[in-house]
Amino acid sequence: MSFGGWITLFLSVGTVTALFGWCIWMVFRTSDHTRSLRDVQIRHRGAPDED
Amino acid sequence: MVKALKDSWNSRMGVILAVSGSAVGLGNFLRFPGQVAQYGGGSFMIAYFISFLLIGLPICWAEWTMGRYGGQRGFHTTVGIFHSILRHPAGKYLGIIGIIIPVIIYMYYVLIEAWCLGYAVNFLAGNMNFERSEDAGAFFASFTGVAADGAGMGFSGISQVGLFLLFCFLLNFYLIFRGIAKGIEWFCRYAMPTLVILAFVVLIRVLTLGTPDTDHPQQSISAGLGFMWNPSKVLLVEDSVAEGGEVVTTSTPIFGGDYIAEQTARAEHDASVRIEKLSLWDQLANPQLWLAAAGQIFFSLSVGFGVIMTYSSYMSNQDDVVLSGLAATSANEFCEVALGGLITIPASVAFLGVLGISGALGSTFALGFNVLPMVFAEMPLGQFFGFIFFFLLFLAAVTSSLSMLQPGIAFLETAMHINRKQSVAILGFITGVGCLIIFYFSKDFKALDTFDFWVGTFLIFVLATIQIVFFSWVMGIDRGFEEAHKGAHFRIPRIFGFIMKYVTPAFLLVIFTLWLAQNLFGYNLIARRAESSSYYNDLFGSDPNPVAWISVSVILMLAGFVALIVNSSSHYRKQSHAAQIEDSRGGILK
Repeated sequence: MSFGGWITLFLSVGTVTALFGWCIWMVFRTSDHTRSLRDVQIRHRGAPDED
Repeated sequence: MVKALKDSWNSRMGVILAVSGSAVGLGNFLRFPGQVAQYGGGSFMIAYFISFLLIGLPICWAEWTMGRYGGQRGFHTTVGIFHSILRHPAGKYLGIIGIIIPVIIYMYYVLIEAWCLGYAVNFLAGNMNFERSEDAGAFFASFTGVAADGAGMGFSGISQVGLFLLFCFLLNFYLIFRGIAKGIEWFCRYAMPTLVILAFVVLIRVLTLGTPDTDHPQQSISAGLGFMWNPSKVLLVEDSVAEGGEVVTTSTPIFGGDYIAEQTARAEHDASVRIEKLSLWDQLANPQLWLAAAGQIFFSLSVGFGVIMTYSSYMSNQDDVVLSGLAATSANEFCEVALGGLITIPASVAFLGVLGISGALGSTFALGFNVLPMVFAEMPLGQFFGFIFFFLLFLAAVTSSLSMLQPGIAFLETAMHINRKQSVAILGFITGVGCLIIFYFSKDFKALDTFDFWVGTFLIFVLATIQIVFFSWVMGIDRGFEEAHKGAHFRIPRIFGFIMKYVTPAFLLVIFTLWLAQNLFGYNLIARRAESSSYYNDLFGSDPNPVAWISVSVILMLAGFVALIVNSSSHYRKQSHAAQIEDSRGGILK
């Protein structure tokens, strides 16, 4: 494989891996935040409708 | 206003896994590598990432946002969602396309899913030790019945596809019957991580193969990676005289400094051999490369299917559709580029060489079901790794086919006011009949190919165009972004407002026009001349194909059936009334 091929491979694979990793990190980081916000809303407004 | 969030996701990770499961399929592991290798590695990737930013991501965010918007108003399919956005009966009739697409695609996708499971089981049973490519081809022909209509309809044992098809069909309907959280989310929660682990196992095996046969140094993992990823190509062009005296020219990419130097020296003394170089820019000037890259992004992300809108319609306003959409999209890209891009082509080149696989690059079936079985047959511990690979394809296929059933189920339940058992029975009957037609008319895969062309490609282009126009021009970018940012932890960059309003529709229209010109009207983009098109001739030529007409009739009958339900359903009339009240109050979003 040529030098250009290695560059293409690492840039492509690196980009999608970094993007995927960042998204997963954000999902886990923000899920606790979302849950605590919902708890506050439920405490203030009561349980959501179940219709 | 109707409020019907009876079924919903258990967790954000659940919906992300389900949507990425819907997108990750055979295309990631078979179609993508074939396209990259065929259109020149690095140059293809440039066009691919540009298409991702201009088409994939914008339509994805539009679908997630409109889906949740409709779901909040009690609608879980494009029929109700388009109606609630357009606030005109035309919306619900345009939305019919979003029901037809997943239902029809399910009819043939479940058959391909059965092939994957069948190949996995046959690898495990030791029936796939092919010594010649003809043997692999013969097994595929016998298993799928491609030689004659009805030839694949066998149910006796694992050498025939019938039992696998029955199992896959029942598995999908069992999971869909269990509902969003207990069926789809539960399955994807286990299947997606398993799929990634299995892909890593195969990837490690492939990357450690080196040069399996030292007598053929051109057949190595390094050459395979070069064939896949090199941005420029060095071609060995050889002229040879055939039996009839005709000169035949073959063009083969070559790799490795020593080998290229050796062939260059040979070309200096042999007039029938020459070395040609294709630079990155030469390849980017090819319109077919752009068409292929945009098409790959488009179909790989499952945008334009109507599935993402249905899935996101079960989310609440507190859920983050911007991050969830990006996460599902990036999961698909990871599986496609980082896993699919490093497995299929390098392994194939290492055992069969570039010449051995070049004829199969443009065909997902040829690469997956003819070439790869040969590769695993020659690989150390190939029986085990062949099973692993085809089982991961099967898992990827199930997570995709499951998603295709949910819009149909949600539509029947809301439009006909029936329960899950009844909707599963009706959809099971419809898809069962369609699947049997495709299963029987197996000669040259004419039925499957016709369905895939008109529904799996043509209608998807149409629906995606409608979706981006509805989001950008009917809802409007400001309202659309306001809706998208509810519950979001980060905002969509403002530049995407311009892209979604002008660039995406224009880019989509150009790609759609080029695709129509090439595939329906037979216009050769390279030679710039009109040639015959089988899809056109099958329907309107002097000798029309009855199987193609039967397939198109099935599509039209399904469209008519869905239109009848839409027309008679009180569910959408209630929505019209609710929309009028909303409008008189100034509208929900204002």
